[in-house]
This record gives sequence, C-alpha cells and structure tokens, in this order.
Amino acid sequence: MWEYTDRVMDHFENPRNVGVVPRIDGEGQVGSLSCGDALRLTIQVDKDKDLIEDAKFQTFGCASAIASSSALTEMIKGKTLDEALAITNQDIAEYLGGLPREKMHCSVMGQEALEAAVANYRGVPVKSAQGEVICKCFGVTDVEIEKVVKTNRLTTVEEITQFTKAGGGCGQCKPKLEELLARILHQQTSRSSEVKPGRMTALKRIKLIEEAINTQIAPALMRDGGDIELVDVDGYEVLVTLKGACASCPASKATLADFVTERLRALVDDHIVVKEYHA
Amino acid sequence: MKTIYFDNNATTQVDPQVFEAMVPFFKELYGNPSSMHHKGGEVAPYIRQARQHLADLLGCLPDEIIYTSCGSESDNTALWSAIRTQPDKKHLITSRVEHSAVINNVPLLRRLGYRISEIGVDKYGRLDMEEFLRALSPDTALVSFHWANNETGVIFPVEEIAGICHERGVVFHTDAVQAVGKIPMDMRGSKIDMLSLAGHKLHAPKGIGALYVRKGLKFSPFLVGGHQEEGRRGGTENVPYIIGLGKAAELAGLRLGEENTRVKALRDRLEEGLLKIPYSMVNGDRVNRLPNTTNISFEYIEGESILFHLSHYGICASSGSACTSGSLEPSHVLRAMGVPFTAAHGSIRLSLCTYNTEEEVDFALEKFPLIVAKLRGLSPFWKDDGPAESTLLTCDSDSCNLCG
Repeated sequence: MWEYTDRVMDHFENPRNVGVVPRIDGEGQVGSLSCGDALRLTIQVDKDKDLIEDAKFQTFGCASAIASSSALTEMIKGKTLDEALAITNQDIAEYLGGLPREKMHCSVMGQEALEAAVANYRGVPVKSAQGEVICKCFGVTDVEIEKVVKTNRLTTVEEITQFTKAGGGCGQCKPKLEELLARILHQQTSRSSEVKPGRMTALKRIKLIEEAINTQIAPALMRDGGDIELVDVDGYEVLVTLKGACASCPASKATLADFVTERLRALVDDHIVVKEYHA
Repeated sequence: MKTIYFDNNATTQVDPQVFEAMVPFFKELYGNPSSMHHKGGEVAPYIRQARQHLADLLGCLPDEIIYTSCGSESDNTALWSAIRTQPDKKHLITSRVEHSAVINNVPLLRRLGYRISEIGVDKYGRLDMEEFLRALSPDTALVSFHWANNETGVIFPVEEIAGICHERGVVFHTDAVQAVGKIPMDMRGSKIDMLSLAGHKLHAPKGIGALYVRKGLKFSPFLVGGHQEEGRRGGTENVPYIIGLGKAAELAGLRLGEENTRVKALRDRLEEGLLKIPYSMVNGDRVNRLPNTTNISFEYIEGESILFHLSHYGICASSGSACTSGSLEPSHVLRAMGVPFTAAHGSIRLSLCTYNTEEEVDFALEKFPLIVAKLRGLSPFWKDDGPAESTLLTCDSDSCNLCG
C-alpha cells in the first residue's frame, strides 16, 4: 500500500474546488483516460489584475492525482498568473507533505495543467507540449523531461519514469532517456565553464577542439566505459574514433556522436560537424 | 472499524486451527527430523501426517509432494526441472496471462536461446486452444498454464491440455496456486505432471508452498542441498509451516463443498448487485470461473481511488489499474484480454472465502454505489448520468502506443 500523508488523504477524500469555473477563461487538459490519469483544470481570471479569481478541476486518476489537483487549485487561487506559473511540481508535492517517489508524476501533471491553462488564457502555445516526443507510450516530450529533471534535480532514468511516466510503458525509449539525461546533466555541470569564444583562427579552433575533447568529452565518456580519439580537423569537420561501452551497438554509437557534437558545439563553435573515422 | 476481507486471492487469514496446530512445533517439538535422536524422531510422524493431508486434497501419493517456500519457488522448480532434464528440447509454451513467477522467466529463457510460445486469450480470458495446438512441437520441453487466473478467476481446461501433452510426450505443469482448495482435483485420474500451490492462499501462513511431481517424472532440484524431500529440495524442513499447510489442506478438503455453494452464492450476490451500477462490467468468463472471484470494471474511474475509498469503509479488495500495479500500465491479464482502456483502469477484483458473510456482501453493496458516484463526480469523463464528451479519452493518437 502506498504511504500517503494525512494531507494527501484529506485532499483525496475531501477534494477542494471540484468542477468547472462559471466563466472559463483558461483551460488546461493533460493526460488521458488510456494513460491512467487525466486532469482538466479551468481558471477564471480577473483581467485587470491578471489574477486567478477561481480555479476548478476534474480528475480521473489515483488518490495522489486527485489530491495533487485539489492542492493545485488551492495554491493558485488569488495568485497572479505569473506567481502561479512560478509554482513547481515540487511545490505541489510539498504542499501535500510529500508524495511517494513513484507518484511524483501526479504533481507534474498538476503543474502541466496549470501551464496549459495559463497558456490557453494568454493564447500562446504550451511550452512543454513542444519538442520531440521521446516516450511514445505516454507521449512525453524532451522539453517536458528536461524541465522536470532540472526542477527536481533528477539523476536517473528510473526517476524520470517516476516523475513523468516516460519509459514506464514498453521501455523502448530508455536508451533515448539515458542519452537525454546525460546531456542535461552535462549541461548542468559544465555550464559554469562554458564561455564560447568569439571569432577565431583555424589554428585556435583546432586547439580548442583538442582541449575540449581531452579535458571534458573524453573523461565524460570514460566514466561510462567509452573513449574518444581526435584524428583530424578539416575546417568545421571533426574526425574522431569513438568507443562506446557497447562497441558493437550502432544505436549507442549514434548516441555517442550526437553527444560529442553537442558538446563541441557548446564549447567551441555552433558549426562543428563530428564524423566518425573508420580506418 | 470492522474489516471486510474480499482479497483472498492476494492472501488469506491463517485459520485459527492451523495456527493452533503449528504452535507446538515452535515450542517443545523443535527437533530436526533428520536428527538421530528422539527430538528428531518425534517430529517425523507429524510431517508424515501433514503430507498425507495435502496428498488427500490433491488426490496424489504423499511422496509425490515436494515442500517449497512458496508458489513462486514451486513454479521455478517445475520450469527449470523440465528444462534441465530435457537438454535437447529448446521450446516452451505458456500463456500471456500467467503469474509473474512464470512469465518473468521468459526473457531470461529467450536470452539462453529458448523459443517461447506465449498463447493468447480471448476477451473472456479463455485460452486460445487452436493457437496452443499449433505451437506444440517435438521440440517442446514444457507446457505451463495456470489452472485459474488470479485476477479474473477464469479456469483453463488443464485436464484436457494435460491429456494432449501426455499423448505427445510433452511435460505439463500447472500453476494451481489459485485453484487448490477452491475446486476439486484428483491427480490419480489426471495427466498433469507437475502442479504448484502456495499455503497462504488456503489459510496456511506465508512461506510454505508445494510442488506435486508425478511419480516417475524425471526431476532436477532447483534448490540443491541435503537429502531432504528425497534429495529433491535441499534445506531443513520448515516443520511448523509444513504442519500448518497439512492442517490447512485438511480444512480445505472439508470446506470444498461450502466454497462451491455458499461462497459461490455470496460472490454471485455481490456481483449481481454491483452490476446494477451503470457502466460496470464483469471481466472474464462467468461460467468457467473460480467460485470465489469476481473482477468488475467501473468505467471512467480509476481503481486505486476506488480501493482507498473501500478501505475507508474497511473493505479490502484489489485492482488491475496501473496505479496499483507499481508499473504504469494496467494489468497484463486485462490487456491480454483486450479489456477497453475505459474499463481496465477501473477494474476491481473481489475474492471471497468461507469466512465471508451475507452481511458483509450487503454492506459492500451499500457502499460501492456511493464510492463510484463520488469518483465519477470528479471525473472529466463523466457528466450527470453518463459519459461526458471529452478530448482526453486518448492522447494524440500518433504519439501514444496505448491508444493505438
């Protein structure tokens, strides 16, 4: 049995703000019946003050999904739209005294419904719905995952599944999730040292590429049992040999090349193209 | 608050008589049956008697029973014994709706080079016999089908299947964990080669199981150790639990009639009452089914929410919804049956036993409609007295495998 806090059980058994607001100014719908949870959030906005006057929800889902929805409506009522948008899924979970890790996706669903409702009111597209769908079972995009990873400081694919459901169906997207996670984590750790130089000579570019590979990219790959060697640089084309943890797997090689390209573009120049050298 | 326990397919309460029978073996009768002194010797007759009770329930010989620690160990023992004793055969047949103790061996076996046929079921949970017959081959080392499904209670025609396997010289194992004690069985008149059972499903404690192995069948132990169980399962006998299972088997034999009359009637009363709730449906074949089990879906609401509300009233049940399975998808059994997703997430299993009463059933029938109405009142898929039009039924069809 899930260990829910008393607050979760209270909001589940006595949900606040059920239904639809009298005047729907913004509406956000996330999840679906087939996926096992779905939330419809409607908001009524005081247009002069840009303030959420009223918020109501309808939720299909487990106890924590219902509690998260109820908590969300309580949290956003009376807030300006910008204040409401600053609420993270962590805030929703904390309001409820915490949620089991496996249920954190319920808080994420609440946050996303809010984002969608505000976007709907403002007539702008929903950010997290954009991007590439990584998990086809639950329709989760890379933009959505990146946001949740950063907000909640996630470090494993298992956590991504607990927070977004991505990877929790057929599991085929798990390698993609690994790759995405590695990229996000790397961005986070190396952001501080990332100051891309401006215009440079060919010689300087080669030196920077060499330095980036030796000091940043190679150590990152070696941590996972892989390796990289610089063979040649021709203009913006960088020729390397790659060794993944699973050397015979073509998918992992493509992943590796993508990773190296992304890093070199971030550290040296946006025009870099990485090619694998086959002797 | 009084507990109303309708989750007997998950586990059962230890019968007080079983507990009483076990107590002396935690106290004065503590000997190891292998020991060559009177403390060891005084235990042996009790074990013999317990084994006889279980043999009587199954209709087999006492030495055709191997004690194990649980149903999962029994299943694994049967599976790997069939594989090890027939090293030239590289094919196995099982179904898509088996217990995880069987089904989770499939990926491992595939990695080891085995070919596995997972036979499907129809929308009533009935085995596709034609697919099964097509799958049988001279290379088949083992056919393993459960006797009855834990979620729906649907019974497979295992006697018929055992006969077919026997004719073709193929070993047949059945996971009868849910069936033992609920329906009559007699191994003497059967072609079943191996049968798994678990004590805690028939009012013995958790931690004791057994595997029936037909006399003469080639066998290879799963747990290698001493000479216990005639060298077929190492490890000092779990004496108190073996005694407990013996007592439970004796009681189950006595209660088999009641299980199929009074308990069945209670189940039917419960089921009929629940079906009066609109947009509800039974999952599984209502004819060939365990007498104690019903699996009902309440459309447009989610199972875990139902369970928590039931628990609020003291009622214990279980669900095949994604949220309760620990995975994110609804039960593999309901999916194999093709239960529509509007219903799969809202499925509730109620499994009774001889301890249940008519009052309990009526109390549940009083509370269920309130719970369903409350949750439908929250659901974006429900409006007034019926399903609401919603764009949320499925997500974008091109981005979601579940919606197809």
